[in-house]
Amino acid sequence: MFQAILFYAFSGLLLAAALGVIFSRNPVHAIMFLVAAFFQSAVLWLLAEAEFLAIILVLVYVGAVMVLFLFVVMMLDINIEEARGGLSKYAPLGLIIAALMIVELIQVIRFRSDGEVLQGFAVTPENYSNTEALGAVLYTEHVYAFEIASVILLLAIVAAITLTMRKRPGLKAQNISEQVAVDPKDRMRIIKMKSES
Amino acid sequence: MVIGLDHYLIISAVLFTLAIAGIFINRKNLILLLMCIELMLLAVNFNFIAFSRHLGDETGQVFVFFILTVAAAEAAIGLAILVVLFRNRRSINVNELDEMKG
Amino acid sequence: MMDIYSVHLAIVLLPLIAAIVAGLFGSRIGRSAAHWLTILAVGSSFLLSFSLLLNSLSGDFYTENYTLYTWAISGDLRMEIGFLVDRLSLLMMSVVTFVSLMVHIYTIGYMHEDPGYQRFFSFISLFTFAMLMLVMSNNFLQLFFGWEAVGLVSYLLIGFWFKKESAVTANLKAFLVNRVGDFGFLLGIAGIVMFTNSLDYYEVFEQANFIASQNLHIVNETSWNAMTVICILLFIGAMGKSAQAPLHVWLPDSMEGPTPISALIHAATMVTAGIFMVARMSPLFELSETALAFVLVIGAITAFFMGLLGIIQNDIKRVVAYSTLSQLGYMTVALGVSAYGAAIFHLMTHAFFKALLFLAAGSVIIAMHHEQDIRKMGGLKKYMPITYWTSLIGSLALIGFPGSSGFFSKDALIEAVKYSHWDGQGAIYWIAYLSVLLGVFITALYSFRMFFLVFHGKERMDKKTKSHLHEPPKVVTMPLILLAIPSLIIGWITIEPILFGSYFNEVIYVLPEHDVLRNMAPDFHGSFDFLIHSFSAGLAFYLALAGVLTAWFLYIKKPYIPAIINSKLKFLVNLLEEKYYFDKLWMSVLPKTGKAIGYFLWKQGDEKIIDNGLVNGTASSVRSLSFVMRRLQTGYLYHYAFAMILGLISILTWLLWV
Repeated sequence: MFQAILFYAFSGLLLAAALGVIFSRNPVHAIMFLVAAFFQSAVLWLLAEAEFLAIILVLVYVGAVMVLFLFVVMMLDINIEEARGGLSKYAPLGLIIAALMIVELIQVIRFRSDGEVLQGFAVTPENYSNTEALGAVLYTEHVYAFEIASVILLLAIVAAITLTMRKRPGLKAQNISEQVAVDPKDRMRIIKMKSES
Repeated sequence: MVIGLDHYLIISAVLFTLAIAGIFINRKNLILLLMCIELMLLAVNFNFIAFSRHLGDETGQVFVFFILTVAAAEAAIGLAILVVLFRNRRSINVNELDEMKG
Repeated sequence: MMDIYSVHLAIVLLPLIAAIVAGLFGSRIGRSAAHWLTILAVGSSFLLSFSLLLNSLSGDFYTENYTLYTWAISGDLRMEIGFLVDRLSLLMMSVVTFVSLMVHIYTIGYMHEDPGYQRFFSFISLFTFAMLMLVMSNNFLQLFFGWEAVGLVSYLLIGFWFKKESAVTANLKAFLVNRVGDFGFLLGIAGIVMFTNSLDYYEVFEQANFIASQNLHIVNETSWNAMTVICILLFIGAMGKSAQAPLHVWLPDSMEGPTPISALIHAATMVTAGIFMVARMSPLFELSETALAFVLVIGAITAFFMGLLGIIQNDIKRVVAYSTLSQLGYMTVALGVSAYGAAIFHLMTHAFFKALLFLAAGSVIIAMHHEQDIRKMGGLKKYMPITYWTSLIGSLALIGFPGSSGFFSKDALIEAVKYSHWDGQGAIYWIAYLSVLLGVFITALYSFRMFFLVFHGKERMDKKTKSHLHEPPKVVTMPLILLAIPSLIIGWITIEPILFGSYFNEVIYVLPEHDVLRNMAPDFHGSFDFLIHSFSAGLAFYLALAGVLTAWFLYIKKPYIPAIINSKLKFLVNLLEEKYYFDKLWMSVLPKTGKAIGYFLWKQGDEKIIDNGLVNGTASSVRSLSFVMRRLQTGYLYHYAFAMILGLISILTWLLWV
């Protein structure tokens, strides 16, 4: 019962935060709402006994990704007044469609399933550690996928740097390959000459 | 009252739909679109965790782990593209991005 | 010793290889190499064919029937390439290769100034190949291949001088008229396949009685005997190829081609393909009296009326061409009375003497510097003795002078008509008998009219031509002499085995009650006796004599009479000069209707419906549709996302509520 109260409370907060994300005019506010949404999600995941992922969500998303968002928003010189300007003309249509979709999805979940699905979660054994269990499969069964994930992250780093890097005019920098490739003959000439006495 | 799979699925569906509505509603700001996409991924993750717990199988959570990884990468690259775009056009207004028009 | 299959293959392929080499590499190997190559190839073909022919004479019958290669199998229908070599095909092969060889040699002299020398040799070699494929075939598909291939080469050769407009018109005409016949031929083959599901001769022949027992409903409920329909259709093909009325119109025009071609293709070999085909199909034709009657009537009409046209022609080659038409009519008549042997016999002798006549005409044309009008010739006897004597032999053979080869074949043919199973059958019998009999008189008249006008009488050519008159070189005269020999003597040796002996045992099938040759056999006591008999009993000899005398009287004794006749019988002469208005019918009436229909279909059917409606319509509807569709491509990202979501929603709705 206590669990149910917690679930409904945090669900309500999550949906409120999501609404805040989509309706706030100011991007900074939207990001803050999104951070809130992630926190509520983490709590809900804790309720579902997925502790590891809940922690990761807070660490990675709130700690890294959302900070990146915030950073970009603040770095870009966005005209807030302009960005604020009202809902799009498709907003009513979008809302209608969203309402329709919610109705349909709920209907799918509640009435079209065969009952068996609509049970509680599996019972976990005593002294079950979510982190340990995840680690056990992650580094054995899914080790290749794990390695690939690391490559993807590397790729993202390289891609982000290449995309945003540019040569500014007037920037003083070393050109290391040019320095290494220099031939002494091009720079220096040794001339023999008689010393003047 | 037992909180189970269906509760999580519904919360995920509502979250997903809200994210979609967000994409329609906002047409001024590309960053908001990216955030809506993050919300959608979150909704998907809900589903994975709910089913993983329901079936008592950790593989679903491993999936979430990888989705988080890829989403982080995607956010980084997406924001990088956004920065380049802004640098070139001085605007991230979605309305002005009609280069794809044939 | 090569095995027999390699020999057959060599006979067919040597001319083909020579044709390809001379045709594709003609300019590289030069003139003399081209003619040596083709002559050697055709010469070896002839020697091999002839040795096989001699071989086949021992024993009762001789047949090699085998499949070389299976080209395609469709259901039960096998399409194969194979050879059927029996005495009929061997005879044809020998005649074809011999005449072809003569023509090859002759061509060296006739065409030596022509820029298309190598091309010409390539074509005639190719023709030899095609004709051999035709006669050696053991199935209908290959027969049709040969049939069309000779038609193609004939087309190419009639239009050999493709810068001459009349030649191009003539080859087009030949091609189109032949298509009419081929359409019938193809339908006939289709009919055979429909009933027997086979293309092989022997398999079809085995089922001949089955076909004859079937009926076809073509229009409404009128029922036709299947065999009659098939045979008439096949014969329509033969009418096109063998230039029988009313599809004869292309042959006289084909004389636009070089003379060796007229000799080889349009007199000696290709045009006899129809005759050969009907003889080959004797097991089918025998089972349909209606078809035989049709063949007989067409042949009789051609034999008589085409001969008449020869009388008023002034072009030396056209006279010979009309005589060819008439002689082909004779052969067809023989087919009609089931005397297949007589038809083939006449085909063979005719091949020799008609090739001879054409080549002699060509020799005259060379001497006259390509003047072909016989009114401008005359008295050539003293300038060109060899041509004169060989022409005389050819003409005598043509009119059936006793002792010449033509005499034996034609006289036997006339006798066969006289005693045929149509005897006493009223109109058909009298049409055929009178046609062939009166045809003899007419043949003699036009042959010797031409002969006298060219070689005797006043010298009507101009001075310049006259000063250059001389006998052409040896390469021209030698084939004349070589052809004159069989024209003169071949009848003596071959009449007995071919007509009355066992030569065509197992090859040509004749119903006992139709077998007129078998009935004549007891009265035959050797060639010499046959000769004597014709003096005492046959009308033909006297008619021929009368024809020669008339020609002599009109064109040598009293040369002013023909003009008087012309003016008195204006109507008749006009009719003949217009060739019974057949050309008018084919060339203006039918094409005009066809053109009108074609114009209508072009404007209404093609341009309006197909072009504007379907082809451009497709394009313009796509265009207008895409004008609408491109509005959807706004370029805004959220529009595309919106479209995706809409799709998702509709699929979800459909899954839920439908």
